Amino acid sequence: MTGGIYRPETDGALLAMVNVYKTFPVRKSFFSGEDLRVRAVDGVSLTVPPGKTLGLVGESGCGKTTLARIAIRLLAPDSGSIRFDGNDITRMEGEVLRVTRRQMQIVFQDPYSSLNPRMKVRDIVGEGWLVHGLARGKELRERAERLLVRVGMPAEAGGKYPHEFSGGQRQRIGIARAIALSPKLVVADEPVSALDVSVQAQILNLLKDLQEEYGMAYLFVSHDLRVIRHVSDAVAVMYLGKVMETGPVEDLFREPLHPYTRSLLSAVPMLGDAPSERIVLSGEIPSPIAPPPGCRFHTRCFMAKKECAEVCPLLREVASGRFAACHFL
Amino acid sequence: MKESAGMGRGFARRLLRNRLAAAGGAVILFFFLVSALPGLFSSHEPNRIDIVNILRPPSAAHPLGTDDLGRDVLARVVHGARVSLKVGFVAVGIATVLGLLVGLLSGFYGGWVDAVLMRFVDMMLCFPTFFLILSVIAFLEPSIWNIMAVIGLTGWMGVARLVRAETLSLKERDFVAAARAQGAGDARIILRHVLPNTLAPILVAATLGVAGAILTESALSFLGIGVQPPTPSWGNILTAGKDNIEYAWWLSLFPGLAILVTVLGYNLLGEGIRDAADPRLKGR
Repeated sequence: MTGGIYRPETDGALLAMVNVYKTFPVRKSFFSGEDLRVRAVDGVSLTVPPGKTLGLVGESGCGKTTLARIAIRLLAPDSGSIRFDGNDITRMEGEVLRVTRRQMQIVFQDPYSSLNPRMKVRDIVGEGWLVHGLARGKELRERAERLLVRVGMPAEAGGKYPHEFSGGQRQRIGIARAIALSPKLVVADEPVSALDVSVQAQILNLLKDLQEEYGMAYLFVSHDLRVIRHVSDAVAVMYLGKVMETGPVEDLFREPLHPYTRSLLSAVPMLGDAPSERIVLSGEIPSPIAPPPGCRFHTRCFMAKKECAEVCPLLREVASGRFAACHFL
Repeated sequence: MKESAGMGRGFARRLLRNRLAAAGGAVILFFFLVSALPGLFSSHEPNRIDIVNILRPPSAAHPLGTDDLGRDVLARVVHGARVSLKVGFVAVGIATVLGLLVGLLSGFYGGWVDAVLMRFVDMMLCFPTFFLILSVIAFLEPSIWNIMAVIGLTGWMGVARLVRAETLSLKERDFVAAARAQGAGDARIILRHVLPNTLAPILVAATLGVAGAILTESALSFLGIGVQPPTPSWGNILTAGKDNIEYAWWLSLFPGLAILVTVLGYNLLGEGIRDAADPRLKGR
């Protein structure tokens, strides 16, 4: 069974991304006049089954957010394909995309920048209904109130403006907006990173409850391993635009395989059930403009050998249901 | 937080606490009242010629004196206020609408739309505005409507650049991405999400713009190609004052003061609005 190269199971998956690449132009090189590009997402494949949560974890700048935005087509990939609910949405445009978007929503990291300061809360929450002609006027107001109550806000919140609320409450408003259209997929892009720890737990539990109630799938992006472990069914670990390891959450946390995952887990106190010594990585994360050749991680890896700098390891099945991109597994 | 420093109650409080801005606002309100009810401030007819009483210094009968045709200067200044306000507001209205349109399209769509529109803005800015206005007016009837149109059509570039800059940053905000994810189209995003968030800086620019428009109108009228006599405007009263400045100082001083005080009022209010809307800019 083991040994095969990772191929996302597109059948039955709600979201399947295959070999997705995305680069952003930075500036022209002073000497050659060539465009310098950040390779934000560098050949990523992943799937999210219906009603489940895929946790996407990695350091700042590893491409998590870009990947999340590509997943719901707020950005278009340079190459690769995205299938959502049986349809290819990679190059979808215009009215078809607009209608498809009802099924995929997003919760943002920054609860301040994500709510329009000039709109009342009920108009923020109900914008999707209005745009898709599902509710307006009094009906929109009432539905918005019910939804706000469901996410733990007072019903009167609808008539107020976002700045009257705290970060945690604003995040609840953002969640209400995301679930208003009963989507099948919600991308949660670091939804609790900007919140106090006490509020984080409330928001995470709310997200879990809503998932059970509405049967949504989450693509949950976070740099916080404890959060990821709490919410995910499966995890994908990213480093410099590539997936280093992916597998079921319990397996991955019990026995991390990839050296990068191992060093990440060893950095979190009391995590990783197998007691291990703290692995301290040396050096900085390399620039995504000029990522190192071969394995992206070899410059900081404690297991690196000569071939790591030459050949980029593919994501292969190294144990049943567990995939890692490393030559030595 | 920038959002909470918007146009709510805190904004009004901060604005009123700024004494200079409050004084500017009071001056503007006063001149509004003067324009609306000129009879309250002067019982004389602004155009009634009185050959017996020409160039009389200020007195009880004529608090600001009379001009070279014996007309009451106070009455003329009071009636001129309406011209100045009308020109100020209509011209700035035209400039703001045009500037918003160009700025929003340019900032939101970027690419060649942006390149074309911004080069056009650069081109418009190359003309010395005042001479452009002079030459345009030379071809048209010198009327108050033409002046308002020309001042408006030559004054929108600053607003366009301002709105473009705001739009560039606003369109990258998460709430715009959220609106897209909800299925909102470009028109809705521009009108509901971008435009309302550009209004604070626009209000500042418009208030300062009114001051500029009033000055331009006065200058044009002073040169005789603005508001045509006998209709009084602060600018053309000054023209009459210039010919008699050696022996009738009141004819130049009072319309000049009216211009000075009004323009100062708009500038103070404009700066006050800017500071109140965004306290971080204070002191710049």
